[in-house]
Amino acid sequence: MIPPAAFLVLAALLFILGIVAFFVKKDLLTQFMAVEVMLNAGNLAFLALAKALGKADGQMVVLFVITVAAAEAVIGLAIIVLIFRQRKSIRTDDLKDLKG
Amino acid sequence: MALVIFVILSVLCAGAVVAMIVSRNQAHSALFLVLAFSSLGGIFGLLDAPFAAAVQVLVYAGAIMVLFLFAIMMFNLRQPAPPERKRLRAVLGTGLALILFAQLLLAGRRALAGGSPPGAAASGGDIAHLGRLLFSDYLYAFEITSLLILAALVGALALAGKREGE
Amino acid sequence: MAGLFWLIPLVPGVSAFALLLFGRRLSRRWIAWQASGAVFLSFVLTAGAFAHLGAAGAAGLSRTLLTWIVSGMFRASISFTFDELTAVMALVVTGVGFLIHVYSTAYMAEDRSYSRYFAFLNLFMFFMLVLVMASDIVLMFVGWEGVGLCSYLLIGFWFERPAAAKAGMKAFIVNRIGDAAFIIGILFLLANVGSSSLAAINAAPASGLLGPGLVTLVAILLFVGATGKSAQVPLYVWLPDAMEGPTPVSALIHAATMVTAGVYMVCRLNGLFAASVTASTVVAWVGAITAVFAATMALVQNDIKRVLAYSTISQIGYMFIGCGVGAYAAGMFHLVTHAFFKSLLFLAAGSVIHALGGIQDMRQMGGLRKRLPVTFPVFLVGALAISGIPFLSGFFSKDAILTSAFAGGHYVLYGLGLAGAVMTAFYMFRLIYMTFYGEEKATLTPGHAVHESPRAMTVPLVILAVFSALAGLLGLPVLFGRRADVFGRFLEGVLGPAAHHLAHSTEAALILAATISALAGLGLAFLFYRRSPGIPARLAHRFPGTYRLLLGKYYVDEVYDAAVVRPLLGGAGWVYEHFDLKVIDGTLNGSAAAAGLAGKGLNILQSGLVRDYALAFLMGAILFLGFLLL
Repeated sequence: MIPPAAFLVLAALLFILGIVAFFVKKDLLTQFMAVEVMLNAGNLAFLALAKALGKADGQMVVLFVITVAAAEAVIGLAIIVLIFRQRKSIRTDDLKDLKG
Repeated sequence: MALVIFVILSVLCAGAVVAMIVSRNQAHSALFLVLAFSSLGGIFGLLDAPFAAAVQVLVYAGAIMVLFLFAIMMFNLRQPAPPERKRLRAVLGTGLALILFAQLLLAGRRALAGGSPPGAAASGGDIAHLGRLLFSDYLYAFEITSLLILAALVGALALAGKREGE
Repeated sequence: MAGLFWLIPLVPGVSAFALLLFGRRLSRRWIAWQASGAVFLSFVLTAGAFAHLGAAGAAGLSRTLLTWIVSGMFRASISFTFDELTAVMALVVTGVGFLIHVYSTAYMAEDRSYSRYFAFLNLFMFFMLVLVMASDIVLMFVGWEGVGLCSYLLIGFWFERPAAAKAGMKAFIVNRIGDAAFIIGILFLLANVGSSSLAAINAAPASGLLGPGLVTLVAILLFVGATGKSAQVPLYVWLPDAMEGPTPVSALIHAATMVTAGVYMVCRLNGLFAASVTASTVVAWVGAITAVFAATMALVQNDIKRVLAYSTISQIGYMFIGCGVGAYAAGMFHLVTHAFFKSLLFLAAGSVIHALGGIQDMRQMGGLRKRLPVTFPVFLVGALAISGIPFLSGFFSKDAILTSAFAGGHYVLYGLGLAGAVMTAFYMFRLIYMTFYGEEKATLTPGHAVHESPRAMTVPLVILAVFSALAGLLGLPVLFGRRADVFGRFLEGVLGPAAHHLAHSTEAALILAATISALAGLGLAFLFYRRSPGIPARLAHRFPGTYRLLLGKYYVDEVYDAAVVRPLLGGAGWVYEHFDLKVIDGTLNGSAAAAGLAGKGLNILQSGLVRDYALAFLMGAILFLGFLLL
């Protein structure tokens, strides 16, 4: 029997790895990938708790999360493509038009 | 037995993510991520969620990452980004992330403190049960999500599709 | 008709308001008719109310319009009353006011700001009538302040002249000092009597609500306010300067009405003053000192209006002598007669100035007797009246005061009054001789001939002259029997019966003394200015110090300037520099600068970099989670 806590630890670990990845990487694309990692970590947590608490709702949420993540990835990549077309660069540090 | 598989898969997953962080090549990063997601799918299976596992592999590892790879190839980026002189943000981010880690562990422990009710495994992977749930309690979310996918499709085309004569 | 008495102040008030708003668009004819008509209507209403009072045993009228202030247990209401005392004042104010309005239509005919003048004049009528009809001391104070405001506005009517503007400010500020004392007096009253109605205040000393010390204190405080408004020592300095305003203004406000408000107030609150011997003594002595002091200054003034101004200050002193010795009715009687002859004198002086095209210095006048066939006789009547020449009104009213003083045992006051009477006759006839007799010295602008004034100016003069001559008959001395004092008996209900009882022989002697002093003054003036015109110059030569002192008005203005005005201005300047500029402006500028700095500081957070924002997210998430976990 795998203790449910183990899954949660893994989920937490994956989550912060995603955060670190976000801060370490400097281009939009890989940062976006880091976000996906964080989402998956969340999914894992949901499933772990679904099993631990005996409810199937966690699985439903995971289904929806994956769906929405897919849609989000589509749109996000479309935007990144547009930015690349405009600026010829996807380095995040170059995109600071909102500097106030 | 299951524990062993779990350990292997989790090491694989975490290791792949770390490799993704370290790697300088975006394509390599994407491929490492494919590995990570696939092993995650396996872990889902261990959690008595076959449906989720299947969807994970199909959609995440199979579709989303492929999309990423397409994008990478489209950009055709050769040189990796030069390292930043100041790594302040990364260090700060890592530090804060560790704090968050601690907090998450604490939160997780509390979540599990309620104890696991019996009959946990039973309702786990019953697809029929899931299907019933989907079309009753979660019907609204289901419909909206389908609309969302449609919107994303149209949006992506509108945003990045080829213009006339381009 | 009598029931509409509360409209008396409101009619000119509405007219004033209308003139202020629309005056510029109205024709001069319309303005003249509206302004004068409003006052006339007030006069008619006053007469109606007066008739009601005159009817057998009618009680005073009173009406509350609305409750104005409700604060804790203190209530003040806008309520008017019309008793005998108010009737006298209102008749004088509206009657003389009406004549002066008519006079002004001609006097100010060529002025640029016709509508503004009449708007302010109507406004003054409104406030003055509120003052005399108020049955509540707070409302009276509203009128009190209001007339002060109108005085300021009208003195500085030709505000482009710096002298006029300064005179207006001086009047207002000096009045303010008096008003401050008045307000403190009101506060004491409110605190102890608990009500602001004049009836309650008058009854307070008797009912024990005000202890004797407090009565004296309050009475003196209120009287200080009166010295400001009525131009007595020490706050009289504004009145001579007020002559910068148009002459009808001087006649109305600074002779007949506003300056008498102090006397009215003392008479109205006779309950307080009668209850405090100290206060009444102060009143009488201030009046006497002022009467003599101002008369000495009038002796040497060369500006025709200034002579009349000092004369006013002096005559009001007499009124206060009357009030101070308890003869309130005598004081009021002199107020009424003075209103007639002083406004007559001012208006006639205005006629002279108008005829000469603006000359006011008497040394440039002379021989106008033949040129001004209406102005001269009426001026003479006024001068005779004020000098106390027998059988004109001033004779009877002044005599009433001096007799009361004598009867009360105040022999020094009587002596001072008599001395003042001599001086009064002297300076008035000095004025007459310098202006109307002798050779014509006026150098006029070419094309301007000396002419008599238009009818709108001369008719009011004649009417006032008639009253100045005959009004005395209302208050004949007891010598002729008690019933002859119509005036005094009319006011008995409000002011109490006449206090003195003298033997007929004593009274006759006093009348004789008064007559002799008046004639003596007249004789001296004749000597100095007709018979031997060189005498004044020789006297000035023999006593240069005295002459300069008198001409320089005892240098009181200069003393005030050095002792009060300059330190205040200096102090204000200091405060401005060190407090206003540094602290207040500093705080404001400082907070603006601080806001700017804060903005710049916060700007650092807006780097435009996604990763910084992500860090913020992370921190927020940690904090939030931490908060939840705790």
